[in-house]
Amino acid sequence: MSTVLSQEFFQHALLAGTFIALACGLVGYFLVLRAQIFTGDALSHVAFTGAMAALAGGYDLRLGLFAATIGVGLLLGGLGRKGRPDDVVIGSVFAWILGLGAFFLTVYTTSRSAAQGGAGTTVLFGSIFGLNGSQTMLAVVIAAAICLVLLLVARPLLFATLDEAVAAARGVPVRLLGFGYLALVGACAGEATQAVGSLLLLGLLAAPAGAAIRLTDRPFRALALSAGLAVAEMWGGLLLSAEVPKLPPSFAIMATASAVYAATFLVRPARRAVPAAA
Amino acid sequence: MLLGSDAASPVFSWNLLSDFQEMWSYAFMVNAFRAGLVVAVVCGVVGWFMVLRRQTFAGHTLSVAAFPGAALSVLAGFSLSLGYFGFCIAAALVIAGLQRRGQGSGAEESAVTGTVQAFVLACGFLFITLYKGLLEGPEALLFGSFLGITTGQVVVLAAAGAVVLAVLAVMGRPLLFASIDPEVATGRGVPVRLLSTVFLVLLGAATAEASQITGTLLVFALMVIPAATAQQLTARPGLSLLLSVLLGLAACWCGLIAAYYQPYPLGFFVTGFAFAGYVLAHLVRIAREALGRRPRGPLAIGGAA
Repeated sequence: MSTVLSQEFFQHALLAGTFIALACGLVGYFLVLRAQIFTGDALSHVAFTGAMAALAGGYDLRLGLFAATIGVGLLLGGLGRKGRPDDVVIGSVFAWILGLGAFFLTVYTTSRSAAQGGAGTTVLFGSIFGLNGSQTMLAVVIAAAICLVLLLVARPLLFATLDEAVAAARGVPVRLLGFGYLALVGACAGEATQAVGSLLLLGLLAAPAGAAIRLTDRPFRALALSAGLAVAEMWGGLLLSAEVPKLPPSFAIMATASAVYAATFLVRPARRAVPAAA
Repeated sequence: MLLGSDAASPVFSWNLLSDFQEMWSYAFMVNAFRAGLVVAVVCGVVGWFMVLRRQTFAGHTLSVAAFPGAALSVLAGFSLSLGYFGFCIAAALVIAGLQRRGQGSGAEESAVTGTVQAFVLACGFLFITLYKGLLEGPEALLFGSFLGITTGQVVVLAAAGAVVLAVLAVMGRPLLFASIDPEVATGRGVPVRLLSTVFLVLLGAATAEASQITGTLLVFALMVIPAATAQQLTARPGLSLLLSVLLGLAACWCGLIAAYYQPYPLGFFVTGFAFAGYVLAHLVRIAREALGRRPRGPLAIGGAA
């Protein structure tokens, strides 16, 4: 056990994972509160296509990742009313984008050597233990930037989320916030893809936030709790995976996150009569 | 998954008749077309209701459940169809159960759905990792493959599809009522909750069917896009239902033909064709609205509205 912990790859994973989980916990809280989980879902699939397109074109994977997620985040905001896109539009767009991803995957795997065949799996399900030093640094910097921006806009965003009409009347730029927030979600999706893969990042966004909302009704406490839970779940998952090498880290992280969320249903089975939006 | 890697890759000639004869001489292509027919019809109908009821997120989660189902059936060595149908229908029941409890808290419910979805996918990944066998990777399960569909599978697909359509035919009218106006329907004594549970189960069965063709991730190509396209084009329920089936079928068969000649995965072509139809439908609607807004002009009497 201690031998694994002192390994460089594990320390990189721990460092990057901590910051990525922090960003996901913060962004995910608003995602759940704004009922935009499906948007996060769509962006996670876009991340796959972006990464595969960049690989097929011979660029750095992360370039395609961030360009695609942030770009489509803004696009989805533009398609919907007031920066909140419609489910059916999202579904249609992301089915097509995912199809494109499958296309790029084939282009990539047939044009490169057979050794690259695992690239699709890596992007889909993540490989946090495969991060090197510079990748870790970049992931940490971007995640820290996401957290900073989110904390700066947290108050107006919360206002705009809970009562859009009143917020707009008070002069909060609701539409701009909606756009900006989707761009943040996009960046966060790009980050999390490196850790748990594009298919699983939704769990990292939704599970800690859902658990936090179940545990407390106060918005800022829930926000902090969501970030804390996300980090704790990331650590738990990484340790579990180090302990039981058969379990891939992405699965261990998801399993921990789901278990924590399931536990909150046992802790507080009945909701209080007053809704959380108070 | 890759036909193009064969030495004798089929070449498209403009002699359509001989092309078709050649394509139909392969048993797997005939089976693929049959399976495509069944899946497109079932998904067109079920997907139409899904879009009407705005349950796309639930549908997506159900389709994702097909992935661990297939992976587990490969790992444990039981029938692939059993894995698909078992997992999808079980997931449908779970979502229906959670929905019943979490009435009126949409945000939390979607968090549950999202978590379930991610967890289920992670399980699929675990099974694949544990298997490490002949399966070259999860991509074929995720993005679809039309090679190796057996006649037995087509029979299972057809039987399951017939059951789904029969149930839907029985409950179609009350379901339509409950979908469009649930409150009035409840007031009139329509069992709205029961209908929604049954519908989720049907949705699970339909996604299980579709994932065997397009792969779990691209089920939406046959479930959502044709229905959304049809609902763009016409507001009449019967007509748009029919249109949705036809569009799904067209996308599926065109995709099969294209995938036969090209080395790229089937899912890419099916989504590509379906989405092209969706975009076209949007353009048609925008054009219609632009024309319909003009009848103030003296000449535009028979406006295309």
